[in-house]
Amino acid sequence: MNIDSIKNGFVIDHIKAGKGMEIYRLLKLKKLSCPVAMIMNAQSFKMGKKDVIKIDSDINLNLDILGYVDPDITVNVIKDSVIVEKKKLELPEKMTDIIFCKNPRCISSTEQELSHVFTLADRGRRIYRCIYCDAEA
Amino acid sequence: MRHLIDILELSVNELDELISTACDIIENGEKYAHKCAGKKLATLFFEPSTRTRLSFEAAMYELGGNVLTMADAGSSSAAKGESVADTAKMISCYADIIAMRHPKEGAPLVAANNATIPVINAGDGGHHHPTQTLADLLTIHREKGRFNDLTIGLCGDLKFGRTVHSLIGAMTRYKHIKFVLISPEELRVPDYVKNIITDAGHEFIETTSLEESMPMLDILYMTRVQRERFFNEEEYLRLKDSYILNVEKLNNAKEDLVIMHPLPRVNEISVAVDNDKRACYFKQALYGKYMRMALILKLLGIK
Repeated sequence: MNIDSIKNGFVIDHIKAGKGMEIYRLLKLKKLSCPVAMIMNAQSFKMGKKDVIKIDSDINLNLDILGYVDPDITVNVIKDSVIVEKKKLELPEKMTDIIFCKNPRCISSTEQELSHVFTLADRGRRIYRCIYCDAEA
Repeated sequence: MRHLIDILELSVNELDELISTACDIIENGEKYAHKCAGKKLATLFFEPSTRTRLSFEAAMYELGGNVLTMADAGSSSAAKGESVADTAKMISCYADIIAMRHPKEGAPLVAANNATIPVINAGDGGHHHPTQTLADLLTIHREKGRFNDLTIGLCGDLKFGRTVHSLIGAMTRYKHIKFVLISPEELRVPDYVKNIITDAGHEFIETTSLEESMPMLDILYMTRVQRERFFNEEEYLRLKDSYILNVEKLNNAKEDLVIMHPLPRVNEISVAVDNDKRACYFKQALYGKYMRMALILKLLGIK
């Protein structure tokens, strides 16, 4: 399978096999008009199988989303077909309108135009809670 | 500008200050009779709770202030489709401070984020009820004389009981507290609340037996199994009588036990227990008014 190397953009590598589509959806890559390659179940020495996403455009990539899905993902920044930076991911302290509160008793289920905001409650256990009702994400 | 949404927003020092103000109000009430002259408290109650609303209103009147009431807010502004944010902005034009109760969890936080005056959470669904916890803390202070080295039994609906969650959160900040969590399996304390206890280095025991727990308790906090927290009527009927405190069950309790209850009581404490000197739940309601007075003064910045 041949996928052209990209000139300017990002390679999101070492995604756990099966998680690629979730990242595609959360990053709203469907809305991009540039070439986007989703490679699923690629071979990996480290992981056995992995997913990879290549984006051939210098978009404003939301690293918080990637950090939330899996902080072990690697993000390579490509400029003129060369890797110029490897971004280090961290669990974001706060996420706005990335994940949504499912608690039917939460004010976010009824209040008009209210952003869904989650904060990191426990870094060790990777637990996020809704700022309004404390429900776990 | 400060609000009070969750009891944990108040530091232990601030709690001590509030308790000390409340004690001064108890001793020297006349000193406070005009402190809030010219100020208005708006009580916005989107679900029925006469006693909490009356407690807030009594508190404001005793401080010499006035009260604007939206007792049936749920059937007025919300029914017309007004958002909590808009209600808060609108009330900010009329009053100096808001006490809000709402069935949706987090609604008072939304109000606080939009109001230009202090907002007090007077209960948001099954979530927080910080002023009840203030009442509870003053009761413990006045009746036990200490916050450390206590074994606290919490009995009844520990799953949806917001007063229980808030009290646990507040008490974990003191030393050597042991929690005895007495409830039916279905109404156990949620895991995140248990994590708060263990993360703070305290112990807890989960049990289904009120009688077996009784001898070890310094405080027994009874709660009502609330009909409105159940999706299913059958479940409610099956569990509502599970944990009833009567005179017999108190036979093996400590002499200086303090029995608390956030009220209203349905039948979980038999009326005969009211005559026992260990029953403190009506005093607790009175203490609630004093703590609300102290809180209103603090949030309005009145010394």
